Amino acid sequence: MELIQLAVPVLLKGLGMTAVLTVVSVLIGFNLGLGLALMRLSSNRLLAGFAKYYSNVFRGTPLLVQIFLFYYGLGQLSLIKDNPALWWVVSDGARCAVMALALNTAAYTSEILRGGLMSVPVGLVEAAQACGMSRMLRFRRIEFPLAIRQALPAYGNELILVVKGTSLSSTITVLEITGYAKRLMSQTFAIFEIFAIAGVLYLVINLLLIAIIRSTERVLMRHELLSRDIRSAPNPEGSATVL
Amino acid sequence: MEFGLWQVWEAGWVTAILRGASITILVGVVSMAAGLVIGIACGLIKWARIFPLSLLVDAYTSLVRGVPELLIIYLLFFSSVEFVTKVVTAFGYAGVAESGYAFVIAVIAIGAISGAYSTEVVRGALAAIPNGHIEAARALGLSRGRIFRRIIAPQMLRIAVPGINNVWQTTIKDTALVSVVGLQELMRISFIGANSTRHPFIFYLIAAVVYLIITLVSQAGFDGTERLLRLRTGK
Repeated sequence: MELIQLAVPVLLKGLGMTAVLTVVSVLIGFNLGLGLALMRLSSNRLLAGFAKYYSNVFRGTPLLVQIFLFYYGLGQLSLIKDNPALWWVVSDGARCAVMALALNTAAYTSEILRGGLMSVPVGLVEAAQACGMSRMLRFRRIEFPLAIRQALPAYGNELILVVKGTSLSSTITVLEITGYAKRLMSQTFAIFEIFAIAGVLYLVINLLLIAIIRSTERVLMRHELLSRDIRSAPNPEGSATVL
Repeated sequence: MEFGLWQVWEAGWVTAILRGASITILVGVVSMAAGLVIGIACGLIKWARIFPLSLLVDAYTSLVRGVPELLIIYLLFFSSVEFVTKVVTAFGYAGVAESGYAFVIAVIAIGAISGAYSTEVVRGALAAIPNGHIEAARALGLSRGRIFRRIIAPQMLRIAVPGINNVWQTTIKDTALVSVVGLQELMRISFIGANSTRHPFIFYLIAAVVYLIITLVSQAGFDGTERLLRLRTGK
């Protein structure tokens, strides 16, 4: 009981850090990933090639290596040291972790969104073209909404991987849930209890994320629900599952 | 040489890095094999819905896949280190503990993680086998063991190859995490090299390149396997 009173507030403090790391890196990573997916699908071979190599390099190396390379490695280069903006990012553990996580999730996100964009039927895009929609409008109204609907279940899994990835920032002195858990484990020797509390926190975050993704999916798929009601067809197996 | 490429060559770090890479591959392969055994057993339990066991398997897979790998490694390492050290020292093998122990913990941790993901792959592959095939085999009077050997297992393996490829890629990358408990694999060697030569950039860059080579080569291997299996079935 005493242990729980000691451990829970500390780990909750870590929960805030985990949440901040996740949200900021997902926001940056999603936009980068969208850009990379568009580059990959563009007819410019240079852009497409860059996006492909970027995604292969970041998906082919462990996140831990990326984090260490950015945190310990980049600070050594005079190019980075002399640039105040870059130095601001690299000099702090949390900012560096966000950078590594964002660049890493961007690679996975680009693959997921590329799959979604490729699944958009050509006929729909041609119809939009025939209606005289500009490229921007077409992307905003036709391609992107359809692609994101297709990609959502896979993106939900990627979000969970980001949450789990934030635990690696504890290796570069950032105190989030895992960082505090490790400290508590070596202080109190109540290994199982600390693991259980920290594990529950992670599971709660992930379940919350799954719930958000599912309800977004339901909103995006509402046309299907509607037509199903009209036809009063028997409910087929529920929507795509995450995790 | 600003980046310290020369120091890496001169001080014999190349052989150390290669030794580390071979340990990384060894941990990866052994954990993957253990994970596949767990995955096939648990996948079958999940697929056949064997009642009390399937609940346990569900708990195992959702726990391992929902909690960060690093936390699982800390749990296994810290909870066992005291116990094992005591036992091994009592038998007079204190030296063995230091070298072999981290490896065993690494394989248990990474194998358990890889097993949870393999379970899902195996379950998905089993679910993808058309029910008619199994019913037809039963109608022909094949025994249960033979149905599994001749009908279920070959189809499952073929369908599961892409998923197993994904699990392998994750597993080999997860082995980097066991460096935090002191196993001298690729990541740990790079860490030691970076600290002792004060050239972290070049060491972590080399580590990244070696991991990339490992993943790209195994990717090519899996692509070849997939092509081979597709040819043999004539699809």
